Amino acid sequence: MKRLVSVVSVVLLVVVGLVGFSQQEPPAGRIVIEFWNAFRGALGDTLQTLVNEFNSSQDKYWVSYVYKGSYADTMNAAIAAFQAGEAPHIVQVFEVGTATMMAAEGAIYPVDQLFKDTGVPLNADDFIPAVKGYYSFPDGRMAAMPFNSSTAVLWYNKEMFRAAGLDPDNPPRTWAEVRAAAAKIKEAGVAEIPLSCAWFTWTQFEQFGAIHNIPFATRANGFEGLDAVLTLDHPLYVRHIQNLVEMSQEGLFVYGGRDSAPDALFPAGQAAMLIASSALLGRVKREAQFEWGITYLPYYDDFVPAPFNSIIGGAALWVLRRPNASLEEYKGVAEFFRFLSTPEKAGWWHIETGYVPVTYGGYEYAKAQGYYDANPGADIAILQLARTPTTENTRGLRLGYLPAIRVVIYEEIEKALQGEQTAEQALKNVVARGNELLREFEELYK
Amino acid sequence: MKAAPVFRNRLLPYLLILPQLALTGVFFFWPAAMALYQSMLKADPFGLRSRFVGLANFIRLFHDPYYLGSVRLSFVFAVLISVTAMAIALLLAVAANKHVRGAKVFRTIFVWPYAVAPAVSAILWAFLFQPEIGVVGRALKGVGVTWNPYLNSLQAQFLVILIAAWKQLSYNFIFFLAGLQSIPQSLVEAAAVDGASPRHTFWRIVFPLLSPTTFFLTIMNVNYSFFETFGVIDALTQGGPGKATETLVYRAYVDGRVNLNIGLSAAQSVVLLAIVVLITAFQFKYVERRVHYA
Repeated sequence: MKRLVSVVSVVLLVVVGLVGFSQQEPPAGRIVIEFWNAFRGALGDTLQTLVNEFNSSQDKYWVSYVYKGSYADTMNAAIAAFQAGEAPHIVQVFEVGTATMMAAEGAIYPVDQLFKDTGVPLNADDFIPAVKGYYSFPDGRMAAMPFNSSTAVLWYNKEMFRAAGLDPDNPPRTWAEVRAAAAKIKEAGVAEIPLSCAWFTWTQFEQFGAIHNIPFATRANGFEGLDAVLTLDHPLYVRHIQNLVEMSQEGLFVYGGRDSAPDALFPAGQAAMLIASSALLGRVKREAQFEWGITYLPYYDDFVPAPFNSIIGGAALWVLRRPNASLEEYKGVAEFFRFLSTPEKAGWWHIETGYVPVTYGGYEYAKAQGYYDANPGADIAILQLARTPTTENTRGLRLGYLPAIRVVIYEEIEKALQGEQTAEQALKNVVARGNELLREFEELYK
Repeated sequence: MKAAPVFRNRLLPYLLILPQLALTGVFFFWPAAMALYQSMLKADPFGLRSRFVGLANFIRLFHDPYYLGSVRLSFVFAVLISVTAMAIALLLAVAANKHVRGAKVFRTIFVWPYAVAPAVSAILWAFLFQPEIGVVGRALKGVGVTWNPYLNSLQAQFLVILIAAWKQLSYNFIFFLAGLQSIPQSLVEAAAVDGASPRHTFWRIVFPLLSPTTFFLTIMNVNYSFFETFGVIDALTQGGPGKATETLVYRAYVDGRVNLNIGLSAAQSVVLLAIVVLITAFQFKYVERRVHYA
């Protein structure tokens, strides 16, 4: 037994060692650019492919791909490295970290500045406004490089729709229609979960506010200043949460947990409808054993006659200031970014991953490849993101401690869904507790 | 011949304990001192601006009803997890200590869960208890239980306690078994000869002789419940629903790593450290008196 244990541990050590050192070494003479990110698995392979292509497309720079764990881990690691004077050149930061990054003047190298300083050309107008706006300063200068962006969509199970007597080619558009469809699905008993919802705070508040053109917070959702306050007690949010609480009591809506926990319910064939990220595409394609469809997010048609553009989620690439880094290194960063935003690469990334193309060029490329004809619904996300010009309510969010605010929303909504408080109370609490967080963040930068 | 010092060199003893001291210094005192320092700062995540705020972070914490709720919850969890994990482990150890067929197999099986990382075991259990696709979750629904730990606070708490206790079971089992095996058989046999029932023998002879093990395990289990339940909570409930499973450690993690509020998080680490020091000191002062070292 003892011997077996030691043999096994030696084998494990060797394997771990091999994996640890399998990172490709940069060829001599190349300028190394460190790129820290949060992708592994299928997404990691796809990103690594892009990095490898860049590395072999020229012989001056070498982008070193470093996986750092989850989004939160990656951001923490980059911050710790910055404090130690060892910041990576590029770090991938999730969208909720935007306010923190943007406020860190002196730590970040704004992308707009980067391209100006290095003289590398970039067509900033080619970026989809809803994507670019999220990562731009109030005056329109780009702060970070948009990269993997998704938006929320409604996934539905066509076979369950058929079995419940619903038209699979005519999915519900409004919340009234969603509720009616859910009732029919429940009545027919074709699914245990008529409707569920992943990333609840992102889809039912951030996205919901944007498509109805109502604010999430004052000061243009925080874009115009750190003194923003939450406006989540707006009557439409209250009405919507009330609606979901009722649907939950009637068994039409099932809360499946926080963040991505409910994702599994759709491909597993448990939920007939799921509001989730468009980037779930890869997983649905791989796992779903049934015919499925994607459609636009539902809205209240008595509130807005036509819904506005939705906003993005995902992450962007931020450039960090690194002591003693030469302009030449940053030129390599700019070249790498330019490479990523070419129509072929942006389009290829979109097709491979289900993230939206961040540029019009990428969209046109995918279209020219016949991707949308072969995959009906694959363009829903981008069409929804770009369907209207952005307003101050649909550019995105720029709020300090947004991850903490999301947690507050989860907590209060979970209490409302358990029947411990009304929707109105829940949202009042969200506003009160969220504002405390916002004031605390503001105080840091006074 | 002199009986006293074997080591003439005065420096040698210090040299010998130096590695241990260095480890304690680097991995305990230094981080603890840093935490204490940071707990009195208000700083932005990048540390570009920080200012000394004295005890403001602590004052804020103790005025936060949610934080006080976390304190209460952590203690309730510590008691429930420790009692559950130790009681069942003792029962299993007593059973496995008997001379029955396959005792060795059982011993190996009971030790197994210890090799599983907390996060991994949480994910496995979460799968089992997943209300829609989990085997146990579906079975519970099948017999009419409205099972949804994502929305039912009590169910979420139950699940966390169950998994955390299960995870600690093996550790307790090993120590209890070792403790049982070190009890001289002659004492047990003497009791039997005197006509004591097995129950009597256990409570009057075996259990008291086991008290050093029980005492040690109590400290380990309380510390385990405070700190190492993190993996379970993170993988399973992330502190929810509501704040139903947000223990002190989880809250410190959320404030520090997710929200990047380093000062507030450091203050919580300091509080946590103080609590654990106090509990352990209390146990040594009052509980250890009743421990019988054979």
